[in-house]
Amino acid sequence: MDSYIFYGLAIALLAVSFFKDKKKTKTALKKAWRAFENILPEFLTVIFLVGFLLAVLNTETISKIIGAESGWIGVVLAAVIGSVTLIPGFVAFPTAAILLENGAGYTQIAAFLSTLMMVGVITLPVEMKYFGKKISIIRNVLAFFFSFAVAAIIGMVVM
Amino acid sequence: MKKLIKRYRVFIIVFLAMIILVLVNRPLGTKAFTITGNSILEMLLVIPPIFVLLGLLDIWVPRETMIKYMGEGSGLKGIILSIIIGSAAAGPLYGAFPVAAVFMKKGVKFMNILIFIGAWSTTKIPMFLFEITALGSRFAISRLLIDIPGIIIIALILSKTVSREEVKILYENAKAMD
Repeated sequence: MDSYIFYGLAIALLAVSFFKDKKKTKTALKKAWRAFENILPEFLTVIFLVGFLLAVLNTETISKIIGAESGWIGVVLAAVIGSVTLIPGFVAFPTAAILLENGAGYTQIAAFLSTLMMVGVITLPVEMKYFGKKISIIRNVLAFFFSFAVAAIIGMVVM
Repeated sequence: MKKLIKRYRVFIIVFLAMIILVLVNRPLGTKAFTITGNSILEMLLVIPPIFVLLGLLDIWVPRETMIKYMGEGSGLKGIILSIIIGSAAAGPLYGAFPVAAVFMKKGVKFMNILIFIGAWSTTKIPMFLFEITALGSRFAISRLLIDIPGIIIIALILSKTVSREEVKILYENAKAMD
């Protein structure tokens, strides 16, 4: 839904820009295309890899591994699964709700959601292209461990 | 042509792997292709306007303006702006990286870029509403309250671990991207 806002905004600003300066607008569009084409191979690889992974893993398998009784091992597994998968948010939250209904624990789900959003093992090649190896790896490692803090606190607050 | 194949070689390998999956296990392969198709659709919904907006930003907003609001010495104003821009965004984390590249080109402070990446990854406003409906406000609000200091701490640690030269190389690299 919010993607339409982006489209609307882009079209509106593009119109204003075109009205003000045709040549500049053309340069802007050229720059946009070059920036997009520059990252396209990495994008495509990531998207196909995700399709592959999600086809192999399914909700049942996941909720078996990260049930409420799975304890810290379950939390670690949840964090790992979240790190290596790439699910859009509007799919992730309802999926998390389904997993909770099917017996997953809150702590485990919090760890899963947190690493899902902050850690991206699969998107690492894209990230490295912009931020270099060192920063990308440190950022992902920090975000991974931070997710345990998130999980622990949510496990205490939400019961 | 040779250059093109070289750039896309990893993608070609993954694509071939999926075709093999279809041949070996048809239902699983079809499922993989369906999920991939949906992701591509999602990408088409999110990515093109981001790049158009980036192109426009690059052309119309002068470097001086960006530096003033988000560059070195922008202080708390820069931090808050980075969180707001990151949180207002839509789409998966990989959409944030090209934005970061333009920010680098425009002289935004590295710490603020890291905060922006953190905010984009986890405190998105549209997603927050989604999270409340799916998992309840207690869950969503607790997560948000832990995440904001977390993002800033991670950004701080990261910016302390890299040297000025390393940051400079990244900024040069971003300049060379178009």
